[in-house]
Amino acid sequence: MKRQSKIKKHQNPVARLLTAGLSLILLAVFLVSPASAQRKMVQIKGSDTMVNLVQILAEEYMDKNPGTALAVVGGGSGTGLTAIINGTCDLANHSRDWKKSELDLAYEKGVRPRIFAIAVDALSIVVNEKNPIDTLTMAQVGSIFRGEIKNWKVLGGPDGKISLYGRQSNSGTYSFLQEHVLNNKNYSPEVKEMNGNAQIIEAVTQDAAGIGYVGVGYVYDEQGQLRKGIKVLKIKKDENSPEYSPLDKDAVYSAKYAISRPLYQSTNGKPSAAVSQFLQFELSPEGQAIVEREGFFRIGKDLIEQNEKNLR
Amino acid sequence: MRSVKKKGILGDLRESFIHRLFQASGMLAILILAGILALLLYTSVPAFKEIGFKEFLTSTRWDPTSPEKPEYGFLSMLASTVMITIGAMIIAFPLGVAVASYLSDVASPRVREIVKPIVELLAAIPSVVVGFIGLNLVGPSLARIFNLSNGLNALNGSLLLAIMALPTIISISEDSLNAVPAAYSEASLALGANVWQTLIKVKIPAAASGIIASLMLGMGRAMGETMTVLMATGNARAFPHGFLQSVRTLTANIAIELGEVPFFSTHYYALFALGLVLFLITFFINLSADVILEKQKRKLQ
Amino acid sequence: MTTSVRKSRKNSKSQLTQFLGFLALRLSVYLVLFVLIYFLYDVLSHGSKVISWEFLSQAPRKGMTEGGIFPAIFGTFLVTLITAAVSVPLGMAAAIYLNEYARAGRLTRLIRLSIRNLAGVPSVVYGLFGVILFVNLLKLGTSVLSAGLTLALLTLPWTITASEEALKTVPDSYREGALALGATRWQMIRTNVLPYSIPGMLTGAILGLARAAGETAPIMFTGVAFYLPFLPASLKDQFMALPYHLYVMATQHHSLDRAKSLAYRTSLVLIVFVILFNLTAVIIRSRLRRKWKN
Repeated sequence: MKRQSKIKKHQNPVARLLTAGLSLILLAVFLVSPASAQRKMVQIKGSDTMVNLVQILAEEYMDKNPGTALAVVGGGSGTGLTAIINGTCDLANHSRDWKKSELDLAYEKGVRPRIFAIAVDALSIVVNEKNPIDTLTMAQVGSIFRGEIKNWKVLGGPDGKISLYGRQSNSGTYSFLQEHVLNNKNYSPEVKEMNGNAQIIEAVTQDAAGIGYVGVGYVYDEQGQLRKGIKVLKIKKDENSPEYSPLDKDAVYSAKYAISRPLYQSTNGKPSAAVSQFLQFELSPEGQAIVEREGFFRIGKDLIEQNEKNLR
Repeated sequence: MRSVKKKGILGDLRESFIHRLFQASGMLAILILAGILALLLYTSVPAFKEIGFKEFLTSTRWDPTSPEKPEYGFLSMLASTVMITIGAMIIAFPLGVAVASYLSDVASPRVREIVKPIVELLAAIPSVVVGFIGLNLVGPSLARIFNLSNGLNALNGSLLLAIMALPTIISISEDSLNAVPAAYSEASLALGANVWQTLIKVKIPAAASGIIASLMLGMGRAMGETMTVLMATGNARAFPHGFLQSVRTLTANIAIELGEVPFFSTHYYALFALGLVLFLITFFINLSADVILEKQKRKLQ
Repeated sequence: MTTSVRKSRKNSKSQLTQFLGFLALRLSVYLVLFVLIYFLYDVLSHGSKVISWEFLSQAPRKGMTEGGIFPAIFGTFLVTLITAAVSVPLGMAAAIYLNEYARAGRLTRLIRLSIRNLAGVPSVVYGLFGVILFVNLLKLGTSVLSAGLTLALLTLPWTITASEEALKTVPDSYREGALALGATRWQMIRTNVLPYSIPGMLTGAILGLARAAGETAPIMFTGVAFYLPFLPASLKDQFMALPYHLYVMATQHHSLDRAKSLAYRTSLVLIVFVILFNLTAVIIRSRLRRKWKN
């Protein structure tokens, strides 16, 4: 008899477990509703250089247009372009051009990319503020990141091994630098591959022998001031040219700064209405003002014309 | 007791059905393990076809996106993984066995009640948090101590992995020490040895295979870690040439590149080949540890 | 039995050795404790300064420099729920098979071997498997469902092992009694074994789920996202999660000064989350032990 009461008391956990299980199943059924708000979201993926900028643009756009929904995710330019090819996003951010192999793959899968330039970036080479060097030529930057120059004293700095910081191969910035400054040669295998622009800034701030490359928007802090701890190098096209800083707006706009590049967004074919509206916002004077506020540069006339064509 | 056996064939069928149901869930484990191996193999084959075993296994350069010459060699990453793991074990093994010995032979039951949950707590810290602490706390400290320009190196990785592997080593070593029959230690003490001598000369040798197994399982754990090394070792591609250099493990490489590969490209398949390598290494380590533990169980019974 | 124990004639020498030996062991323990406490202190001190209800209940704003981490908390909670829904019943069922039905033999040994091996598979390999199986083959796409299923595979070895241990603590006399009265095996399990072992099973399950909640690699490519303006409302949606959020804050976030403090706070939340899980399990376990002792 005692046994029976014990059993009755303990059958409760079984009953409880069953009800818990049932409620989980009900929850699951509820969740499998196909009509989810997320389905109607515009998915934007790609460049880490651009993620901050595009996110702020998206937030201001969503504020002004209630009922719209945009999700902005990083992952690197390579990730974004892959996502457009795989069909897992609506808009890809990329800070470099499409590679031929990517275009081939896209066409193979029936994807016809349309490319829009939404801003211009002046790729900045940063060193620690204690570093006495102020200027480098393009060739020197290339040599440094290819691992040919290994010590600061070769460049007139203190005797010490150069500590290289860069991005990973999914980064558009990585590819852009490789193509335009390293002349399509391999990076030094000693480059510490960081996960994003922010990590490079942080590393160079703490490393007196450090050198890295970042999008110009990242050298400013939240208040729009130049970050403490780093120095943005001036770049000369070659030994005999004048030096320009990426912080010099005129130099960038007049293409005198040697390492500037457009920041792109791509869609698969003609952009949908939702995407098109957002693109138009980014390209509007209001959007471009935000671009400038975040430290990047407005697009020039020829890029504007190209964009108009692709919107239609 | 409520009901008695349900009468008839229906009842038997029902019982049999339930039996099969449970059996199926038991077999699930084998299915999953085999499934992982099979799918990894299947997805790696195109990589080996396109890259070739020679390049994959003997090249020290992994640079799939190189404009000069894309190359898929896993040696540098394998060396980095092995190096960091060995470093971690050098730190964690003696420490782990010491703590296990303390728990099994020195600590009072009350102290044991406090220390054991704390060790379990160490095991519960997520790897991303350990990596984060490595990035912000351990790394800069290392840089200061060794007068380096930064703390993103193999030593940082080894220290962090040691912390993550410690709970495994401690718990399995402790179990092994506790499994040594009381008769062994009693006899030793009766002959006039003290607790320390008994521990060193009797218990640890008797539990040796279990302790070795704990080392192997700790190694397996360390080799399989992803987030910690991803955040703390700098991820440089170079073949490792020193603990104070930045390295890139197999696991970190997969995590870095899997997000950006177009599905079903050579690079995609190559990453699965890396996954296959990882799986095989940890599989064999775990299998060996298993065999050793089984042998010890049988020996001490 | 091999012994090389000498009769301790040099009593004081061996006492000294023991003292030093024990000291070394104690120091090792202190070192380990120190490391743990130092780590926790670092996270606690940096993270608790501005932790507030707002942080826990709001979504991130202004490019993640303001607001809170509620979507990440919600996402972690949701994916853990899915993991539990799959892993716990399967784990219990497998444990019941192993402990109540299976006979010693090659098959059973193979099953146990597989379980132990699955426990040692790296989390990133589970992620790879999840991408092939759930995202691509089963066409579930990158979703909270894919991620939850991947994590369920990861936790399965733990739920099986913990459930089995819980089943083992039920005395055989309970089983024999029921069988003697004529019950079928399943009836016996249902009435005489499960009720006593379910609390223990749940304890193990909770510990396994705590581990799943803290994993990043398996969810990175199967469904987690950096920033979503909406909470997931369907199993096919993407989601934000605490560990991935921490990873992004610590390494990719653009606004470093803010990001570091946010990252510390996220770590703190994650650690507290995990500790609470573990504490619950430990409390249930010690209550159970006391009940059994009586």
